[in-house]
Amino acid sequence: MNISRRATIRNSIGLALSGVFAAHVSRVAATADDTAKLIAEFAGDASPAEGKIKLTAPEIAENGNTVPIAVSVESPMTDDDYVESVMVLAEGNPNPEVITFNFTPLSGIARASTRMRLAKTQNVVAVAKMSDGSVFTDTRNVKVTIGGCGG
Amino acid sequence: MAAKPRIKVPKTAAAGDVITIKTLISHKMESGQRKDKKTGNLIPRKIINKFNCEFNGNTVFGCDIDPAISANPFLEFSAKVTESGTFTFVWTDDDGTTTEASKDITVS
Repeated sequence: MNISRRATIRNSIGLALSGVFAAHVSRVAATADDTAKLIAEFAGDASPAEGKIKLTAPEIAENGNTVPIAVSVESPMTDDDYVESVMVLAEGNPNPEVITFNFTPLSGIARASTRMRLAKTQNVVAVAKMSDGSVFTDTRNVKVTIGGCGG
Repeated sequence: MAAKPRIKVPKTAAAGDVITIKTLISHKMESGQRKDKKTGNLIPRKIINKFNCEFNGNTVFGCDIDPAISANPFLEFSAKVTESGTFTFVWTDDDGTTTEASKDITVS
């Protein structure tokens, strides 16, 4: 094969650029792997199932600085059967952790809402852990018009 | 430091009712991701990282907050009341300072 000097230079520039780009991406956004790792840590031995938990988020968020979200979990909330905690994660934010709600039987109903920041269009995941150790999850895709991380 | 929080708790309720509590506190929630426009340096993170609500000394609701929560953090949650008493709310800042507030409720 004939390797010309020009082609070699072109290739090396391409490689260097892709390297820069990859480094940039890994710094700015968390990956789905990070999120999966956090969910596994949170869930412990249980494997997350669908259902019981409902995550409410807008389909399109114009301003990524304040995106209203709400979580509610079906549970009788008695002393021996209640929702221990709900973790909310954003896959595409610089840090995927958003908030962890800790409920008690005194909460009456396992529901909470707040406002969060979203850097870009991405999936928001909510994971609920029950007092018996079972884990439930729900995911919503939110389209973001203006990102909310001041980048 | 955070300013005086705004809290909404119903004044009265029937025993066994589940009430909704809303709280809002003024805080910049500096995420640690933003850059100073003049110097280009990162502005250090400074957020409220913990919130706790107790009723007559028993924890009702709490949360661990990360930088992805918006400025002036708003929280809405529920509580089941069986007797008259006082809700106490505590917000903990990254630097360890806390803001406390309380609200009374009469249960009939």
